[in-house]
Amino acid sequence: MLPAMRCVIHRDLLLALRRRADVMTMLLFFVIVASLFPLGVGPEPNLLRTIAPGVIWVAALLASMLSLTRMFSADYADGTLEQMLLSSAPLGAIVAAKVTAHWLISGLPLVLMAPVLALQYDLPRPLLEVLTLSLLLGTPVLSLIGAIGAALTLGVRGGGVLLALLVLPLYVPVLVIGAGTVDVAAAGLGAQPYFQLLGALLVVAAAFAPWAIAVALRISIE
Amino acid sequence: MNWGGWSDFFAMGGYALYVWGSYAVTLGLMVMEIVLLALRGRSIHGELGRARKRGGP
Amino acid sequence: MLAPWFGVLAAAFCAAGLYIGFFIAPTDHQQGEAYRIIFIHVPAAWMSMFLYLVMAFWAGVGLMFNTRLSGMMASALAPTGALFTFIALWTGSLWGKPTWGTWWVWDARLTSELILLFLYFGFMALQAAIDEPRRADRAGAVLALTGVVNIPIIYFSVRWWNTLHQGASVSLTSAPTMAATMFAGMVVMAFGFWFYSIATALARARCIILERERATDWVADYARVPK
Repeated sequence: MLPAMRCVIHRDLLLALRRRADVMTMLLFFVIVASLFPLGVGPEPNLLRTIAPGVIWVAALLASMLSLTRMFSADYADGTLEQMLLSSAPLGAIVAAKVTAHWLISGLPLVLMAPVLALQYDLPRPLLEVLTLSLLLGTPVLSLIGAIGAALTLGVRGGGVLLALLVLPLYVPVLVIGAGTVDVAAAGLGAQPYFQLLGALLVVAAAFAPWAIAVALRISIE
Repeated sequence: MNWGGWSDFFAMGGYALYVWGSYAVTLGLMVMEIVLLALRGRSIHGELGRARKRGGP
Repeated sequence: MLAPWFGVLAAAFCAAGLYIGFFIAPTDHQQGEAYRIIFIHVPAAWMSMFLYLVMAFWAGVGLMFNTRLSGMMASALAPTGALFTFIALWTGSLWGKPTWGTWWVWDARLTSELILLFLYFGFMALQAAIDEPRRADRAGAVLALTGVVNIPIIYFSVRWWNTLHQGASVSLTSAPTMAATMFAGMVVMAFGFWFYSIATALARARCIILERERATDWVADYARVPK
């Protein structure tokens, strides 16, 4: 099972490296969206500091959602996905590997870029760390939940927008808790409970999502 | 009975807009749902009737 | 066949509930007459959550046992569930304005009920987008089951977070903390809504069955019977 997973991750990373433009566009989208808000709401520092966690979280969420359709559609188009369904390795494991690869390509860069963007909002250093940590815990959950949506809408008309409609309501708890960590820390209360909630979400998602994704893939392919 | 008369009933102690707004929208939506369902049923029966006349499946 | 009977029951219960609500229950000393919205708001909210659970249940059964009818039942329930969710949100908003001073507030219960509405819409959109009925049912089932975790969040939200929305006055284990007549009116309306939901779901399920099975013999025979 592990060799299969390593193989899948390796393959996805290699493919992503060859098409660097996709990752770059997604990062650029993140940066642009996060930069639009100060232009829209005005440059007043206190206001920007207040909205920073929410804005960066939403921008990260939207950027990671952009790459969801690509997760399975390329493999579906060239027949690799069917091979994955037929392989002897458990589909849940293969799917977990694909989601891990997706996070490495689409989630981790966002986490790394977030502190830089937070500086635009004049977020103080300790809050910056809280924000980055919350994104580090939250983006894998977004990848996991998003993958369920991607698997369900594989090859369906209305693809990308339908995917957004399905996945965004499920994203809301993650968003609220994730952005909440920074708000709570800013108020001086410990962000510990929120981090524990995020951690719990991650564990539950990691446990159940691969199975749901596998079921959804089988439904979509047959 | 708590009401002094019909005018009191409709005024709802000044909250008429909110109370009747709620009940009216609720009733309207439920009626609309029933009507839409009835139309859907009728269209299916019509379609089946036409298929039968044409000679059946 | 049963749908009309449930419809009659629904009308009767709703009429009784409204009578109790308007003519027997006294005026609330804090909120005045505005509280009478409760007779729609709470039963609708209960229905919105209950119908989602039933829908997810049937969807799950269809997914596990590969039965066709359960999937159709889940699809039949969705629009009614969405309707009650909307009604709960709408009446809640109209109740909130005179009593809290605001049409909307982003607290845990209102937000999660709004998410419930989006989940219903997502379910219906997904099923509408997939042409092949079997695949649509099963895909919707996965979605519905993934979203079912939202229901406990709505229900317990008032307990877990400090919210503007009032806490639960009704529980299965202890006596309700509101006046008996108000409580009675609410429960009767809840039953009325429940029977209404059953009636519409059955009627819609019948439509779905006829639409999907229109190429079969039994449907042709059914159509032969003059209406």
